[in-house]
Amino acid sequence: MSQIFHRSANTISRVSIFGAVFVVAGLLVVFDEVNRSPWVTQADIARGQPIQFSHERHVAGNGLDCRYCHTSVEDSSFAGIPPTKTCMSCHSQIFANSPFLEPVRESFRTGRSIQWTRVHDLPDFVYFNHSIHVNKGVGCTTCHGQVDRMPLMWQEKSLQMEWCIDCHRSPELYVRPREAVFSVEYTPPGDQLQLGRRLVAEYQIQRLTSCSTCHR
Amino acid sequence: MGFGIRDSAEWLRDSTERIQDSAGFASNGSGAGKSRIPSPESRPDGFWRTLDELAGNPAFRERLYQEFPSQIEAITDPVERRTFLRLMGASLALAGLTACTRQPEEKIVPYVRQPEEIIPGKPLFFATAMPLGGVAAGLLVESHEGRPTKIEGNPQHPGSLGATDIFAQASVLGLYDPDRSQTLTRVGEIHPWPAFLGAIRAALTAQQSLQGAGLRILTESVNSPTLAAQIRDLLARFPQAKWHQWDPASRENARAGAMLAFGEYVEAQYRLDQADVILALDADFLGCGSGGLRYARDFTARRQPQRADRMNRLYALECMPTSTGARADHRLPLRASEIERVARLIAAGVGVSGLGPQVVFNPPFKWVDAITKDLQAHRGSSLVVAGDGQPAIVHAIAHAMNQTLGNVGRTLVYTDPVEAAPVDQLQSLRDLAADMDAGKVDLLVIVGGNPVYTSPADIALAGAMNNVALRVHLSLYDDETSELCHWQIPEAHFLESWSDARAYDGTVSIIQPLIAPLYGGKSAHELLAAMSDRPEQSGYDIVRQYWNRVRLATGSGSRSSSVESGQTYVVSGLSRTPQQAGERAATQPSPGPALSPEFDATWRRWLHDGVVPNTAFQPRSVAVKSGVLSPSSQPALFGGPSTGAGQGLEIVFRNDPSILDGRFANNGWLQELPKQITKLTWDNAVLVSPATAERLKAGGFPSAQGGEHGNITSSLVELRYGGRTVRGALLVVVGHPDDCATVHLGYGRRRAGHLGTGAGFDANAIRTSDAPWFGGGLDIVNTGDTFSLACTQFHHLMEGRGMVHAVTRDEFVRDPKSVHESRGTGIVGANGETPPRTITLYPEFKYEGYKWGMAIDVNACIGCNACVVGCQAENNIPVVGKDQVLRGREMHWIRVDTYYRGPAANPETYFQPVPCMQCENAPCEVVCPVGATVHSDEGLNDMVYNRCVGTRYCSNNCPYKVRRFNFLLYQDWNTPSLKLGRNPDVTVRSRGVMEKCTYCVQRINAAKIESEKQDRSVRDGEIQTACQQACPANAIVFGNLNDPGSRVAQLQAEVRNYSLLGELNTRPRTTYLAAIRNANRELDA
Repeated sequence: MSQIFHRSANTISRVSIFGAVFVVAGLLVVFDEVNRSPWVTQADIARGQPIQFSHERHVAGNGLDCRYCHTSVEDSSFAGIPPTKTCMSCHSQIFANSPFLEPVRESFRTGRSIQWTRVHDLPDFVYFNHSIHVNKGVGCTTCHGQVDRMPLMWQEKSLQMEWCIDCHRSPELYVRPREAVFSVEYTPPGDQLQLGRRLVAEYQIQRLTSCSTCHR
Repeated sequence: MGFGIRDSAEWLRDSTERIQDSAGFASNGSGAGKSRIPSPESRPDGFWRTLDELAGNPAFRERLYQEFPSQIEAITDPVERRTFLRLMGASLALAGLTACTRQPEEKIVPYVRQPEEIIPGKPLFFATAMPLGGVAAGLLVESHEGRPTKIEGNPQHPGSLGATDIFAQASVLGLYDPDRSQTLTRVGEIHPWPAFLGAIRAALTAQQSLQGAGLRILTESVNSPTLAAQIRDLLARFPQAKWHQWDPASRENARAGAMLAFGEYVEAQYRLDQADVILALDADFLGCGSGGLRYARDFTARRQPQRADRMNRLYALECMPTSTGARADHRLPLRASEIERVARLIAAGVGVSGLGPQVVFNPPFKWVDAITKDLQAHRGSSLVVAGDGQPAIVHAIAHAMNQTLGNVGRTLVYTDPVEAAPVDQLQSLRDLAADMDAGKVDLLVIVGGNPVYTSPADIALAGAMNNVALRVHLSLYDDETSELCHWQIPEAHFLESWSDARAYDGTVSIIQPLIAPLYGGKSAHELLAAMSDRPEQSGYDIVRQYWNRVRLATGSGSRSSSVESGQTYVVSGLSRTPQQAGERAATQPSPGPALSPEFDATWRRWLHDGVVPNTAFQPRSVAVKSGVLSPSSQPALFGGPSTGAGQGLEIVFRNDPSILDGRFANNGWLQELPKQITKLTWDNAVLVSPATAERLKAGGFPSAQGGEHGNITSSLVELRYGGRTVRGALLVVVGHPDDCATVHLGYGRRRAGHLGTGAGFDANAIRTSDAPWFGGGLDIVNTGDTFSLACTQFHHLMEGRGMVHAVTRDEFVRDPKSVHESRGTGIVGANGETPPRTITLYPEFKYEGYKWGMAIDVNACIGCNACVVGCQAENNIPVVGKDQVLRGREMHWIRVDTYYRGPAANPETYFQPVPCMQCENAPCEVVCPVGATVHSDEGLNDMVYNRCVGTRYCSNNCPYKVRRFNFLLYQDWNTPSLKLGRNPDVTVRSRGVMEKCTYCVQRINAAKIESEKQDRSVRDGEIQTACQQACPANAIVFGNLNDPGSRVAQLQAEVRNYSLLGELNTRPRTTYLAAIRNANRELDA
């Protein structure tokens, strides 16, 4: 019986089997990169809002503290989005006739809420609590980035689990003194590791990596 | 092997024989009952769960060891298997694709003006109360941004002490029930409220000249002082009008008994913490009725074996087994009609006079002797309680016994009635029907309730309705009564309305709404206001002004006799001197004095605390009248010859343990809740004893035919009683007396809503007002048809292993270790541990911080199911429906297992709640291929829903059968109103995900966060799991095992502590405390 395949078929099959390993590995790398890309995570993409609210103007320009609007950040899981009344407490005097602020005035007139687009949106099976992070020395900008330089809000970090767990495993790399938590100017000192270790001990920060810490 | 069942054949044989000899029944047909084959189902310690287990039925055993009995064909058929694999491949691919979606964009909708005190993300708790059957229990309701989501008991309320019952727990689902009546209708057409106002005011104007002769008001038991004042106010304006009351859930016989014994309505309040010996005459005082939560707490407080000398003893003579009977140290099943006879014998024994001629048993009936002696020995510290299903005479005998034994003032006190206007309600309803028949009624206003459905068959309320010119019905649902009324007004749920109510001891709570009426419902107060001269008064103003007047009249919220007036009111034809003296002055029709700021502060305090201080009734002294105890009629023969099959049986009517008189028929949590004792869901049944079922030859032995997962194929029988018939499924209940059938009311509803309509059969159809609770002459005829009942007693069988531990007090005192007799694997560790910790190769994990654990006291559990519904509410557990329960797919994270020991005719009963054990060596964790269930560093067995791919390996490997799988999309993701009621702190699970008890990890995390913010550790008792918080018996304790001072650590150190299936070396973190029965030696012999 004659050979069906030419001898070169052996080589071709060897090469293609060997090559398949790289192709599959390559696909995995691509998948991994896509999965972490802003295309999936929506990071670094400024989101449209019903009102062109600028954190840059309010924080860097006017020097408002985060807690002026996000009032429940120290007490609750939810940092709090200010009610229309908070906006109106200033904007009934300042830029009171600005057309940009018409949705705010309309909301206040009609009693209908402003519907903001959620920028930092964790999946519904994740239970994140702002208050405990703030109380343990995790600064606002650590997760939200330099909000004072964001004219429109975007998500600075990926908010993927590996990003969360990174800090939960080694909090000493990220924590700062409690008094600097709300500061947007704070920059980590050169000896962050040393400071972090001291704060971890002082604030009794635990390395919480059990699933039920966030998923329940 | 060495694990599990000790395989000493001889030992097993002996014990099996002993059980079967004492079983007192032989199975039919299959003939396996007499088999002497040692069966693994019959434990050497004699515990069993089903009759099949007890009989060692081989068919049952075969079924037990089949893995997929009902799907066996699909697995063996090769074509089917290929199709299955093909489908699985396709669905896997599709499922994979669907996972590749980006998160949808979400909106944040802040307040426009944020209300004070609301912090988004943090719940608030408000005190209120739930009135039910004329008694209220105080509640604390959790509210998330204005949405009530979870009900807890109010620790400051005397009728709750922090505990809740199943009805309170499930009421939050009732609030969001999409089937509630949502619009005001007139003969089916939607009308606005002013249209109704016009109609009713026109009708009332017509009544003005007749002095209201044609006006009738029908209410449920009125417990609200304000509502009573409003009705009296109306009656003052229309002197000829009549007020009728009918509430099938209220205590008809207790009222009649008090009237018979004392000549006036008084309330008996028990002080169970003072009672050493308690005799329950068909009384389920732990399970239901007035003060049940408080009584359960007080009762179990006296069952602590550490103080064995102070342990109380409970005798229960009862018909249908109840939780009280199950907790009794001695329970004697008697037909309902026999209770009176035995009560008389005991009464005569303790020295009650005026009982009339007595029957003497020869030889003497040892029960009567023993109970009599025990009661005699505890004069002043004993207590006799008569049940709501027993006639007035039994209540009177109980009153006389308590008086003769000197218990009054010690173990019970008499007070004014809690109801605002107690009345013979059956007579009241009869009078109303007669008046309607006679055409005397022009305007009928039905305030709450569903009398057309709940009235006994001989009171033809439905037929008489047409004689009434204008009929108005205020109710939560558009039900059977609404159908026959012109106007149907959607009622505001108690969580939506202002009102007030009294607890079992008279303490007043102001009912405050947690949410504005979802469907524009009106409260009873607002309906009554519509009939007054101030029709638009709000419920808030009515209640507040009433209490302002009371306060001005009495100087405080309490009652004083100084303002007593001699007025009498006609209440359904019965004259009654008003007793609510301080509140009497408040019954003025005037708008009332202005509200002072001082009152405002007091009012706020009342609302905050949930109780109005010093409003509990003071004890009164009353004496049993002479000559009331002589036999009223020929008592039924005790122990007499039983009649032949299917003839002359006795029928007993009871409110359903889960849905009462049908008012909760559309509540899925309650419908799916396995009922106490029977463990039946979604249906009622004709409940008979094993012997009676066998005599009826009703298509074999229903209970013995529990198929896979308790899909009981039961005989459909016809009940013929008093010339009326109804068809229902037969179900065998162990411990039920022979020649007697119990039927539960509340089923067979025609217009209950999506869930309640059509479930079960309507026992009201054969119930008559002359014998509303039991009667003789029942005929049971087998129709030859069968019916599937969903009964969870057969679910999750542990194949005869690892039952409860229970001994008598005497044994326990002699040798405390006796609770653990005949246990273990035989492998003993160095420190006496079995199995030793060294049995596993893995190193032991060291818990640095918290180490959570739970202890469940089997000795305290009364099987009330409050934990099950509490867990369901807290953890967003879906309802699956009867069809899925039949397949064993109910989703409850905690179940209450019922175990029996002894003969089927009258076994000892033990309840064992089983949540996830959070095993140290969890068998589920090692088999999960995706790490969806892993151990946390605080000892929890975490379940990660988002990782779960639904292999169900974990469930298969769980020896406790506590894992639940979402086979279908059980959770309702669409109905908007149901979304409001969910707990936002717990994930709502979707299809294909495994779930289980998490020890309420959301509560653990919340408490940990709060404590860490304050730089301290979590205090003992700071975290209460939902089951623990609901438990009226304090049977469940949760805490940190690393803290030796914590309650749970102390309980787990007790000698009674045992692990369920501990011999498997799973090292469960939830452990149990053995039950101790305080047996009377005389009866135990």
